[in-house]
Amino acid sequence: MGYYKTDRDFHEARWDEPIIMELGNPGERGVMVPKADKRVVESTGSVEELLPKGLKRKKPPKLPEMSQMQVLRHYMRLSQETIGTDINIDIGLGTCTMKYSPKIHEQFIRSDKLKELHPYQDESTVQGILEIIYQLEQYLKAISGMSKVSLQPSGGTQAIFANVETIRAYHEARGEGEKRNEIITTILSHPGNPGAAATLGYKVITLYPDENGIPDIEALKAAVSEHTAALMITNPEDTGIYNEKIRQFVDIVHEAGGLCVYDQANLNGLFGITRARDAGFDMCHYNLHKSFSSPHGCQGPGAGAQCVSEELAKYVAAPTVEFDGEKYYLDDNRPDSIGKLRKYYGVPAVLVRAYAYIRSLGPDGIKQIAELSILNNNYMLKKLLEIDGLSMPMAEGKYRLEQARLSWKELTDETGVTTDDICRRIVDYGFQDYFASHHPRIIPEPFTPEPVETYSKDDIDEFVAAFKAIAEEARNDPELVKTAPHKAALGSQIQEEYLTEWENFATTWRAFR
Amino acid sequence: MGKDFVHPYMPNSVPEIKQEMLQELGVESIEDIYKSVIPEELLYKERLDLPEPILSEHALKKHVMGILEKNVSTEEYTSFLGAGCYKHQVPALCDEINSRGEFLTGYCGDTYSDHGKMQAIFEYTSMMGELLDADVVSYTNYDGGQAVSSSLRIALRVMRSRNTPKSVLLVPSTMNPEIFAQAREYCRSEGRIDKVAYERETGLMDLKDLEERLKSGDVAAVFYENPSYLGFFETRGEKIAELAHKYGALCIAQPEVAALGVMESPMNQGADLVCGDIQPLGMHIQYGGGQAGFIACQQDVELIQEFPTYMYGIAKTGEEGRYGWGRAMNYRCSHGSRENANEYFGTETGLWGITAGVYLASMGPVGMYELGETILQNVNYAIQKLSEVPGIRANVFRNSNFQEFVVDFNETGKTVKEINQALLKEQIFGGKDLSRDFKELGQSALYCVSELTTADEIEHLAEALDQIIRGC
Repeated sequence: MGYYKTDRDFHEARWDEPIIMELGNPGERGVMVPKADKRVVESTGSVEELLPKGLKRKKPPKLPEMSQMQVLRHYMRLSQETIGTDINIDIGLGTCTMKYSPKIHEQFIRSDKLKELHPYQDESTVQGILEIIYQLEQYLKAISGMSKVSLQPSGGTQAIFANVETIRAYHEARGEGEKRNEIITTILSHPGNPGAAATLGYKVITLYPDENGIPDIEALKAAVSEHTAALMITNPEDTGIYNEKIRQFVDIVHEAGGLCVYDQANLNGLFGITRARDAGFDMCHYNLHKSFSSPHGCQGPGAGAQCVSEELAKYVAAPTVEFDGEKYYLDDNRPDSIGKLRKYYGVPAVLVRAYAYIRSLGPDGIKQIAELSILNNNYMLKKLLEIDGLSMPMAEGKYRLEQARLSWKELTDETGVTTDDICRRIVDYGFQDYFASHHPRIIPEPFTPEPVETYSKDDIDEFVAAFKAIAEEARNDPELVKTAPHKAALGSQIQEEYLTEWENFATTWRAFR
Repeated sequence: MGKDFVHPYMPNSVPEIKQEMLQELGVESIEDIYKSVIPEELLYKERLDLPEPILSEHALKKHVMGILEKNVSTEEYTSFLGAGCYKHQVPALCDEINSRGEFLTGYCGDTYSDHGKMQAIFEYTSMMGELLDADVVSYTNYDGGQAVSSSLRIALRVMRSRNTPKSVLLVPSTMNPEIFAQAREYCRSEGRIDKVAYERETGLMDLKDLEERLKSGDVAAVFYENPSYLGFFETRGEKIAELAHKYGALCIAQPEVAALGVMESPMNQGADLVCGDIQPLGMHIQYGGGQAGFIACQQDVELIQEFPTYMYGIAKTGEEGRYGWGRAMNYRCSHGSRENANEYFGTETGLWGITAGVYLASMGPVGMYELGETILQNVNYAIQKLSEVPGIRANVFRNSNFQEFVVDFNETGKTVKEINQALLKEQIFGGKDLSRDFKELGQSALYCVSELTTADEIEHLAEALDQIIRGC
């Protein structure tokens, strides 16, 4: 009963596949294109006749000319050289919430009833998708305690951006737009927060952790002023340490006239346990491709939810989806709105998945996500910290919630093997490379695992066993780790200067050659 | 605490396993763990106000599909809607590859675990580079609107780094209104977007007004679309670029990617940056969810260093002829340098980039040519047929068009809304109503065809419009 392997004889597929630009032969076709009907061609003419002079393309694009099976095979091979959540125990990519994305959802979103809908269709013909969006908003209101949710953001960081736009609109409406030009965040909050704030011209003030691993409240008191527009903070931060003074943080900023924004990109340890609004926050946001199960798609498309208080409801992105008791409709008549975040309305496939996910779990299942994430994490940490050379800096003895930031510093000091070496070596064990840390790395040789609720005890045990084995390798045969990976799709290390020097930089095959 | 229930997505919901793990930790319950770190007053003590779970897959499918069935799709009705979201043939390979679990559930794995993903992304940018005739192509961003917004911000930064800071960005009055609204909010802390007048006869950008505005000396960039949002080709791209450069501004162009098999890339007409949306290249319309943006330019460090998103660089390895990839020059991005980055960015649309690569590899140069050819022929046929309908004016600007054209209903005495409601009864989605965004055009609509539109469908539309207008 209970099975995990410590001696898995893994090797990733290694196809040594050529660049597609070098494949195929002149004249081959991958797909045929519909031609205009005969009577259309006869009454219109040729490309030369129909294009304005000077706009005719002079040289055809040098795209590959390949037959269908050969295109398929090429991409199938590349897919085999990629380690997605479906094929590995994806605990290493902490902060990313790499949970199982239910396969039944893929059937919904690939139905013509979703994928063949045009965003400008008459509302009477899209009542189904509008209903799903509207209901999802109601569920997210219950989960966050907020009063209004916009599902327009294209991703989590765009939801953060929407929150910054809302901060701007709020202070401008009060005549304080110019004066309140500072946003406070923390060094362990997601870089999207300072990034989005600066994109709109805010000066960013960054708080660092105190000796207990939570942002320094004294530094916050010193930072707030009549220039404070908002606090944008994550809790728990990447460390998994819950900031028990969070209510005081909120009160200090409110007292100074600023808004408080809770980055809940990752809600996994908090579902049904605490709510952003109940801690006094004015806004929060969710990444629906994280806690709400949408697959991450090699970095998107995801979707974001912007959740705001009653007072800020009028500012959310237009249009919103509303219900008049009979039918669902898009409301564009929102004069105070921050406007459009993207074309049309959000990323509907992700919204359908999030809807289905909540419906399949219900109130108890949703809360159980958080409980099992917390259990998994603390179980994993106990096992991982038995490894000599791995430590968990800050807030010693305190439980973490859904994730933790660990440090290989002791192992590095002893063996010279770094977190970057281990991150490559873990691929040889059949795991995706792991997430070390956001920049800057204020914890040395960082490692940030997150064992979400969809991983079993056995999965966690196998994950821990692999790191234990690598720590032993670091002591007995450090070169083996430093020269890793050995069993990955790419068996040799790249020359880093190609990524750091402009004279070597190339992002297309034509530029490289 | 909610009652336990064993759920297929949660292996450790089995009480015995949970108990074993708690014992390992030496605690009684999970509650004991989180109550030790979260203050009592912040704990949510009620049961979340959510519907009870739908437990079986079958029941969930019945429920969700039951709601989606209320939609009517463009597979059921004939659609003449475009306006930035275009229904095209999606090769089966596109769906096959983007359904592969490795790609679908991959994320930010890097050089060594996700070699195949990195190669697929590099191949996408390489093929886009050929389509655009550009050496540098960014990783995909949120959508065409984001691509335009960021391109405008790039121009502002370039002017600052040249020590000639400028604050005005010029765009055509005929620009996509959704993108305009998006860009205006995105840019307004750093610059102002002004609209250049258009010629009422042709719809083309009024070059006199353009030059007048450029003379202020405060213009960082001139942006144009080709074809324009209203469907006609911008025939003076070279002249626009020339004027922009004469007054020290950059020229930014948004080409329609489906036209590039037949149409010259703006890159070869003097544009410094090209940007746009790749949705037409293999993405279903998805109620607007298939959008993804790109930004491209030539190998010019002054421009590239201002790109705000990831760029995947190719790198040599110790072995001859074997390459790897990695994210290059990350300090440009907010993941690399937080508030000091060019702009923010996040998880955007990677899967659509890979899908567009599959599309371009399947189409090849001949496929892209034929795509453009069929669309050109269909749009001209549609203009001919609708021109025969008394009371309406098809192709108001009397230009050459790519896939869309403006139809003027002012003389019919009916609103576009009324006409579209009547078309619905004929199982037709009529063109996008322009009456709100382009008031000067009155009751006009933007009609769109594609390579999928048949002569029968166009003729049916013309007949239906004729009957509606005659009040039959």
